[in-house]
Amino acid sequence: MFWRKFEERLFNFLIRLATIIIIGCLFVIVLTIVVKGLPAMSWDMISKSPSGGFYLGKEGGVLNAIVGSLYLGIGASLFALLLSIPVVVYMNVYAPTHSKFAQYIRISLDILYGIPSIVYGAFGFLIMIYLGLKVSLLAGIVTVGLLVLPIMARTMDEVIRTIPKELTEASLSLGATKWETAMKVLLRQAFPGILTAILLGFGRAIGDAASVIFTTGFTDNVPESILQPAATLPLAIFFQLGSPIQEVVNRAYASALILTIMILVISISSRLLSRRFNKNIIK
Amino acid sequence: MVLPLRILLDKVAGKSVLCLSVLIGSLLFLIVGGLYFKSLPILESHSFWDLISKSIWKPGKEQFGFLPYILSTVYITIISLTIAVPLCILCSVYLSEYASKRVKSFVTSLVDILAGIPSVIFGIWGIIMIVPFISDTLAPAFGQEDTTGYSILAGGLVLAIMVFPIVIHIMLEVLRTVPVELREASLSLGANKWETIKKVVLRKAAPGIIAAIVLGFSRAFGETLAVLMVVGNTALIPHSIFDAGYPLPALIANNYGEMMSIPLYDSALMFASFLLLVVILIFNVAARFFMMRVERRMS
Repeated sequence: MFWRKFEERLFNFLIRLATIIIIGCLFVIVLTIVVKGLPAMSWDMISKSPSGGFYLGKEGGVLNAIVGSLYLGIGASLFALLLSIPVVVYMNVYAPTHSKFAQYIRISLDILYGIPSIVYGAFGFLIMIYLGLKVSLLAGIVTVGLLVLPIMARTMDEVIRTIPKELTEASLSLGATKWETAMKVLLRQAFPGILTAILLGFGRAIGDAASVIFTTGFTDNVPESILQPAATLPLAIFFQLGSPIQEVVNRAYASALILTIMILVISISSRLLSRRFNKNIIK
Repeated sequence: MVLPLRILLDKVAGKSVLCLSVLIGSLLFLIVGGLYFKSLPILESHSFWDLISKSIWKPGKEQFGFLPYILSTVYITIISLTIAVPLCILCSVYLSEYASKRVKSFVTSLVDILAGIPSVIFGIWGIIMIVPFISDTLAPAFGQEDTTGYSILAGGLVLAIMVFPIVIHIMLEVLRTVPVELREASLSLGANKWETIKKVVLRKAAPGIIAAIVLGFSRAFGETLAVLMVVGNTALIPHSIFDAGYPLPALIANNYGEMMSIPLYDSALMFASFLLLVVILIFNVAARFFMMRVERRMS
């Protein structure tokens, strides 16, 4: 009898402890990055590219990586969006009900979602060689775009699937074509979901390092064309952290802070956005 | 009869979304096929068994033994799951059975934010906190004075935190599918809340929990940069958790620069990616199988 009560008490305590540990990790990580990154921050850090080489030069900031990451993130999200909207439209509008093929695409997207980014990196490298591309922003956009595609497509798909069937049927019964229904009813209804999906994809795209290491390369300059290599924030952190010079290591800390802030802003704003737009939807 | 423009547009759009869908549907095969095709040269000159069971790595002499890399990956994954699985089960039980709605939504949003943090941030945090903690406190406590802290334990710890969100997410989904009636039946028979959870809820959700663990496993298996930054990267088979290791993804990421200059080297690295991919595909199929059992059980 005593044991029963004791066991219940013990686990009551343990489950709360486990939850606190898990949330605590998030706070400790963010706090560590802020404490290390804040002293290294300055206006130069976000307005200048490194001078004298990113590994040894003491002067300058990480503008090259900030701009590179933004280019890459925006490019990859656009690329993934252009591919995922048609697929989602096909799965939800054009595919016959209970279509085996649509079912297969859902499963294959789920599996693609689980493939690690280093494998995408290797695959992107193969595409690059096959197409005769050099290490460049374009190769990075294609690779990261493919990496982000499953996240975007499946997020949108889940949102569209929650839209009541009656809405689609009402539109079709009034004589609208499937395309018109998809564009004017489904995608409009799913707009907040699509926005969330884009932000999710963008966040993943600017944070990923293993896939760009092969394809986008690294450079001290802000890229001027899509065919040039580009620096990215994750790689700026990774490469500069190994430097023996303290100023360069500080640049890595500052990049980590910048990246963390970007990611936090994206993930919090996507939450707020979807809450706000949800008000305008026909339930 | 001339088709009106809007009907024509509909037909064209229908065909083009179908084409794109076929393309995306074949992406998985393209990746598997492409990597397999590129690893053929090394599979032709070395037997598969030799590649995965030998431990000498001298690309210049065409000796490619993947064993240290494979073992490092496996050890790190096991360490991370030993830490993550109990914590995740306890946390999901709290969130789904005990926590109020507000606490639950607060904690799950924090977990979602954790999921969005890039791996390189985990890596830099590992270098700042975990590595010194191991070399200064933990390793001396176990009588190991001369470690740098860059070890498979550090990799496992960092990975464990990265695996939390995905495992918790799936476990919450699974626990939600356990019917309320079952809990009520157990409680009405005099079992207390913990007994109900232990003997009814968790048992009923067991296949789903296994699926969550398997998916966490596959995430941990392929994680690259965070682990690479804290694991030390020496190509020896680790003998204790304080030894450095060199996991497969790190091998690929570290050597992309020189792989084109040595014969068979690029093929060896593509083989490493192929190996990762195949293991992860197997895990995914296994997880799917377990999830299917959950659905059957609950309906």
